[in-house]
Amino acid sequence: MKREPFKFLLFAVLVLVAPLAFKGGYLMNVLVFVGINTMLAVALNLLLGYAGQISLGHAGFFGMGAYLSGILTATCGWNPWLAMPLAALAVGILATLIAFPILKLKGHYLAMATLGLGIIIYIVFNETVDLTGGPSGLSGIPNLAVGSLVFDSDIKNYYLVWTFTLAVMLFSVNLAGSRIGRALRAVHDSEVAARVMGVNARLLKVQVFALSAVISSLAGSLYAHTMTFVSPASFGFNFSIELLTMVVIGGLGSVYGSFLGAALLTLLPELLRGAQDYDIVIYGGLLMVMVMFMPGGLVRGIPDLFRRMARLREGAGNA
Amino acid sequence: MGIRFVPFFIAIVTTFSAGAAFAASPIKIGGLFAVTGPAAFLGEPERNTAKMVVDEINKAGGVKGHKLELVVYDTSGDATKAVQLATKLIKDDHVTAIIGPSTTGESMAVIPVAEREQVPLISCAAGIKITEPVKKWVFKTAQNDTLAVGRIYEYLQKNKQSKVAILTVSDGFGASGREQLKAQAAKYGISIVSDDTYGPKDTDMTAQLTKIRGSKAQAIICWGTNPGPALIAKNVRQLGIKTPLFMSHGVSSKKFIELAGEAAVGIKLPSGKVIVADMLPASDHQKRSLMAFVRDYQRHYQAEGDHFGGHAWDAVMLLKNAIEHGADSSATIREQLENTHGFAGIGGVFSYSAQDHAGLNKDAFVLVEVRKNGWAIVK
Repeated sequence: MKREPFKFLLFAVLVLVAPLAFKGGYLMNVLVFVGINTMLAVALNLLLGYAGQISLGHAGFFGMGAYLSGILTATCGWNPWLAMPLAALAVGILATLIAFPILKLKGHYLAMATLGLGIIIYIVFNETVDLTGGPSGLSGIPNLAVGSLVFDSDIKNYYLVWTFTLAVMLFSVNLAGSRIGRALRAVHDSEVAARVMGVNARLLKVQVFALSAVISSLAGSLYAHTMTFVSPASFGFNFSIELLTMVVIGGLGSVYGSFLGAALLTLLPELLRGAQDYDIVIYGGLLMVMVMFMPGGLVRGIPDLFRRMARLREGAGNA
Repeated sequence: MGIRFVPFFIAIVTTFSAGAAFAASPIKIGGLFAVTGPAAFLGEPERNTAKMVVDEINKAGGVKGHKLELVVYDTSGDATKAVQLATKLIKDDHVTAIIGPSTTGESMAVIPVAEREQVPLISCAAGIKITEPVKKWVFKTAQNDTLAVGRIYEYLQKNKQSKVAILTVSDGFGASGREQLKAQAAKYGISIVSDDTYGPKDTDMTAQLTKIRGSKAQAIICWGTNPGPALIAKNVRQLGIKTPLFMSHGVSSKKFIELAGEAAVGIKLPSGKVIVADMLPASDHQKRSLMAFVRDYQRHYQAEGDHFGGHAWDAVMLLKNAIEHGADSSATIREQLENTHGFAGIGGVFSYSAQDHAGLNKDAFVLVEVRKNGWAIVK
């Protein structure tokens, strides 16, 4: 596929120039979170879209990254650049250990198990008050810095976060197109068939679960250092569901779809603020319509829509 | 990208009269309240009160010729959203000061933004961490938990009861209460013989209470917000526990009596003065503010004003007070706020200083008891 590098380059340029359109308004701040959410959605998509394994506990890994970074830097005084990979490593090891028993489960049972995992992690954040600050949160987390450049404004954080996001996206696009990506899709379609073809399905599932958790942890660290504050409420069950919605709405098994889903779900509430008290109703309605009429997600639904409109116009021209 | 042109939600409660054309420029105030979500019991009365007070001020011709403009956003209790909306208030709406957020977590998240952008923030949350250590641009109106704990312990000490059991909810409010209950016990010669928690969504606390019954506790102190404490009150009755039960100011509203019913009778709790406003002697400094707030809230919303709404009342009125003293920019408002002295509000009598941005002393609380016909002040 010669088109992939070109597509990525185009996307990267768009990301680079997007701030020019916003002139430092508050939407810059929202775009920082679009970046973080895109990372998370891509991570979950690797697991759900490619390998076909559901996780309702990804907010937990996201939170662990955020809290580990926060505690290591704010409480122990470490350098953030050192805390971030260490947090990711710790989360990766934990995810690997958990993945072996948990990924033996399938379908609803896997959903239940990961749901439980997410809730347990959330309860730990809440109850270990001495370590995490409990429900009122952990503050005083430093910003990231390179030399004398401190990432303390929205525009600086935008480029910081999106550098990571683009790296994760590039990595995922390449992974998806590689032998591993094909093996993942084989496991998705039929695990038995994949194993017959010599794919070590069990190990592969564990690896992608761990990878997904590590990316989520990185996103969490970035979140902690851009917000400079973390509290358990941001990493609850609701957020796991929101991530799942991003992936499904955007398009399963598509890296750019994850971006579309994350961007839509992060920006939509802001755009609907004009509707005042009705925003939640419209939000829910829109999501329902999208799932009904674009079952393949935005990434397949939008081109489809254009094609259909073009055909209609052609039809009208002939008549 | 037409995003910038999307009309955003502005709750302007101004009535433009002919005279306004000659008046000084309006002053924009931002409001961040958790109107939906788990903290809606805080955010809704706070938003209602803020709108009401700004409305009244403008009807009376504004402050020193300045009309007030209130821009309110709903944070739904989410720290991430609170930060985004605080940024929006400052960068897009160009507000001069911000009232809220409603919860301690959100306030802690928003503080770095307010400090960086140099906009005064008057939080409506109670957490001590918000104003300790003092942050230049951050004030708060909700009473510290320290003061509420002090009120209960003082009473226990006076009645020579020294062994208590504490039962706190595992959320921000309960965690802060638990910390203070433990920290201050020694000062009043009190020992905590049992320390338990319950989840915000638990529906039965007989397990914890059975354990407490087995202890030598002379009083049970429960720290939580509705509906948990009401269930505990009922469980205490069902188990036939005779040990006196104390609650926190988190349940000092009529809602608690409705939920707990008969089981509420005899329970004592520290409370802001708003629920007993009409029983206060005329000599009380806060009486006038309290009666005005209760009357206005009843008229506007056909409901009883509670002390949560009071936090927003205090915040708006403190701003008004600062503007009356000549402040009209973020920097001057901050300066005047810090100079506030002896301002009688709903939460108490506020006196801010460079060392104290919480501004209240323990007179902010009275100890009340639930009787069959409502609240009564415990002397």
